[in-house]
Amino acid sequence: MSAVENAPLLSVQDLVVEYPSKRFRAKPFRALTDINITIGQGETLGLVGESGSGKTTLGRAVLGLAPVTKGRIIFEGNDISNASRRERRTLSRDLQVVFQDPYTSLNPALEIGDILAEPLGVQGMDATAARKRVKELLDQVGLPSDAIHRLPREFSGGQRQRVAIARALALSPKLIVCDEPVSALDLSTQARVLDLFLQIQKDTGVSYLFVSHDLDVVRHISHRVAVMYRGEIVEQGSADVVTTDPEHPYTQRLLLASPVPDPDRQEQRRADRHRLLETQRQQNEQTLVS
Amino acid sequence: MSDSVETAAVAAPMPVGQSGTVVRSTVIRRLLKNPLGIASLVILGSIAVLAVLAPVLAPFGENFANITKTLAAPDSVNILGTDSAGRDTWSRLLFGAQLTLLSALLCAGVAIAIGLPAGLIAGYYGGKFEGVSNWVVSILMSLPGLIVLLTIRAAFGPSVWISMIAFGVLISPSYFRLTRTAVQSVRNELYVDAARVSGLSDLSIIARHIFSVVRAPIIIQTAAIAGVAIAIQSGLEFLGLGDPTRATWGVMLSEGFKNVYLTPTLLLWPALAMALTIGGLVLLGNAIRDALEDGEKIRHRRQRTPVAGTSAERTTAERAKARQARKTVAAVDIGTEHHLVKVTHLGVGYPQADGSVKKVVDDVSFHVDRGEILGIVGESGSGKSQTAFSILGLLPDNARIVAGSIQFDGNYTVAPGEDRVNQDRLSRLRGKRISYIPQEPMSNLDPAFTIGYQLVTPMVRVLGITKAEARKRALKLLADVGIANPERTFQAYPHEVSGGMAQRVLIAGAISCEPDLVIADEPTTALDVTVQADVLDLLRELQQRLNIGVILVTHNFGVVADLCDRVVVMQNGRLVEEGTVREILRSPKEKYTQTLLGSMLEGKTPMTMLVSPPEGPVSHESGSTAPAGQDAAAEKEPVA
Repeated sequence: MSAVENAPLLSVQDLVVEYPSKRFRAKPFRALTDINITIGQGETLGLVGESGSGKTTLGRAVLGLAPVTKGRIIFEGNDISNASRRERRTLSRDLQVVFQDPYTSLNPALEIGDILAEPLGVQGMDATAARKRVKELLDQVGLPSDAIHRLPREFSGGQRQRVAIARALALSPKLIVCDEPVSALDLSTQARVLDLFLQIQKDTGVSYLFVSHDLDVVRHISHRVAVMYRGEIVEQGSADVVTTDPEHPYTQRLLLASPVPDPDRQEQRRADRHRLLETQRQQNEQTLVS
Repeated sequence: MSDSVETAAVAAPMPVGQSGTVVRSTVIRRLLKNPLGIASLVILGSIAVLAVLAPVLAPFGENFANITKTLAAPDSVNILGTDSAGRDTWSRLLFGAQLTLLSALLCAGVAIAIGLPAGLIAGYYGGKFEGVSNWVVSILMSLPGLIVLLTIRAAFGPSVWISMIAFGVLISPSYFRLTRTAVQSVRNELYVDAARVSGLSDLSIIARHIFSVVRAPIIIQTAAIAGVAIAIQSGLEFLGLGDPTRATWGVMLSEGFKNVYLTPTLLLWPALAMALTIGGLVLLGNAIRDALEDGEKIRHRRQRTPVAGTSAERTTAERAKARQARKTVAAVDIGTEHHLVKVTHLGVGYPQADGSVKKVVDDVSFHVDRGEILGIVGESGSGKSQTAFSILGLLPDNARIVAGSIQFDGNYTVAPGEDRVNQDRLSRLRGKRISYIPQEPMSNLDPAFTIGYQLVTPMVRVLGITKAEARKRALKLLADVGIANPERTFQAYPHEVSGGMAQRVLIAGAISCEPDLVIADEPTTALDVTVQADVLDLLRELQQRLNIGVILVTHNFGVVADLCDRVVVMQNGRLVEEGTVREILRSPKEKYTQTLLGSMLEGKTPMTMLVSPPEGPVSHESGSTAPAGQDAAAEKEPVA
């Protein structure tokens, strides 16, 4: 946690997110409990956890898409936990997003050029300058410049994700929240998109909050990793420690659950996993008894 | 970016050459190609032109009466004759068109002006406004429309405009509901979220991203509502509640009805005009809907275009031949009977509209023996699922086996030369000797029935055992697949169990009839990693205990390493490489397999480029730094 000496770019303090229940007078649903994370300049924080663990909600809370019940989200020294729409508009220059599903994150009725020009237009850039910037962006993510006049459905999943990344990059943000950006992609496409993320970070010094369920992906792209389980962060630290020698029982289970592409090593891992599950079960019983 | 995989994937739709502008105009073009669409447009167009030109075309004013010439037959002056007051029918018909059409437009306009914004706001924001407006809408919809209109007529007098405004208000809930539902379906789309993150105001989000979804349904709805408005308005006037000083079709109808025994043609003309207009509106609405839906069909199931020719070409002779072939199935090649499944030079294709056949599986051969797990690995679009489905006989109707054969346990399920999977032969095997584990556990359980019912029914049918026996067996199966409380799961509905649990239930179902072959299509892809590990353990344990053959379709090499004995790698419908799991994973010979394995993250130095980049400005740069990248990463890494 002592990663960054000077003030971090983003710092989340004791964050609680609750969704009001649909039923009358029922207890609200608590999606996140006492979350504390920081992200420095040019740093990637990987956020790993299983479905329903709240990792996506944390990303959405930072973006202002989830309600902040308690706690603070501080971006560049300003509390943005309850930013108004007008403040968000200013903030969108520095804070952007890439969503998981490249099929629904682009409006199917708009041309790629219009999609990419949208955030530029919001910031008041005129049309000619915006068009020039859109060309640059397409170039930066490795798409042909004639993509401007095409519709999203004419592109494959990997290419659409490149468009989504280009949209996030349009305003040269300082932090991009990446919500499972490679989960819907094929293996070789995933590798290329991860390369693109790394390259962009190298070129622009952008920070990532990288949400994923895949420990391998998170290990590959992150400087530090936080592990979420049932709405809480159970472990965080430098990527190589958390993803190779975790402390928390859940992270240990997670690590040994992901299969390796070699039959003999996988057999070994399987045996390790069964041993771990057995030990944890015994520990649980002991704590229950005592 | 010139990576082969991505460009290959996008190459297929490309030749159609659909750029944005073309697509938009295709709806109109498709509308004009539809004979009903053209007919309705021509009818409505000409009626509108006649109405606009009424003052020029009409020889007389709408109320000009020639009392000396009442109920006259058509002649050169009054081309459609005159009515009981000696007014010219043709002139009144023209002026009537003006008033009738305008009032119908007014009615639709009022309905849209109320329903559309209210629906947009209620759908987008939800909350209190939605609650209150739903309540108002319910009240409006429960009011008896005709009685309200009669009351309004009594209060405000016989004005067409007032009654049509009132009717517009009464009918606005239909727009409200339409809009609200459409908006709700896109409100949580990610692109709306992305727009919010970009700082777009709600107004521009609605205008840019949301309004486009409701535009088409609104147009269709308006065509229908305008027709209804004309009908209602004419109905009121026919009852004699119209404004007698203005010529409308309804008033003319009423007038004609009074003289129906003297001059029946007086009734004919306004009725004809109304029938044409209302019919035209209804047809136009249908044609627009068809034009829009056609577009969707092509977009989503491009490969499923049915061929008009083939079914017609299937002559009786061919059918007889097929019938005979079904009776006498050719024997399989000697020496291959012992294979549980043998696929030989299989080709699967989809006939296209232009007569060509799009091959999705091409020349694929492999075999599976008893007690063996064969992995089929490939990326999306590699044809791995299509291959598995052709063994199961679950290909879509218009799919054709274009080459090769499939045999199961020494008998052909697809004999050489057959162009379809023989369902007669397969339905005896499916469920009993071949079973299937799907990718999405939740969508493969029927939410309307308990899990127990869905397990018991196939067993009763396939194994012919009693319900009680089947129930006992199902409970044992549920226990076998590692479900802690089988009784409770047995009685649960699918929505009451987790995804991992649902997949266990489906595995229990797959082995319930003691199959020889299980085909598992990405059985763990939708599951969390920890759950995946459990399910893999379960599959391995069951496979060893029951000694069944398994075909495992997956894209995950970790899963392959965990379960498979042998692997085939597929790319773009072709079989690229085949071998034992160790051969393929450790020393792949084909470049494609090497690329796939090279994309694996396991064992890679973090923060380094994974793929040696082919070209492009960004990639070039990284290409030069890639070898040094490991050092760079090593320096960067110790952040903590």
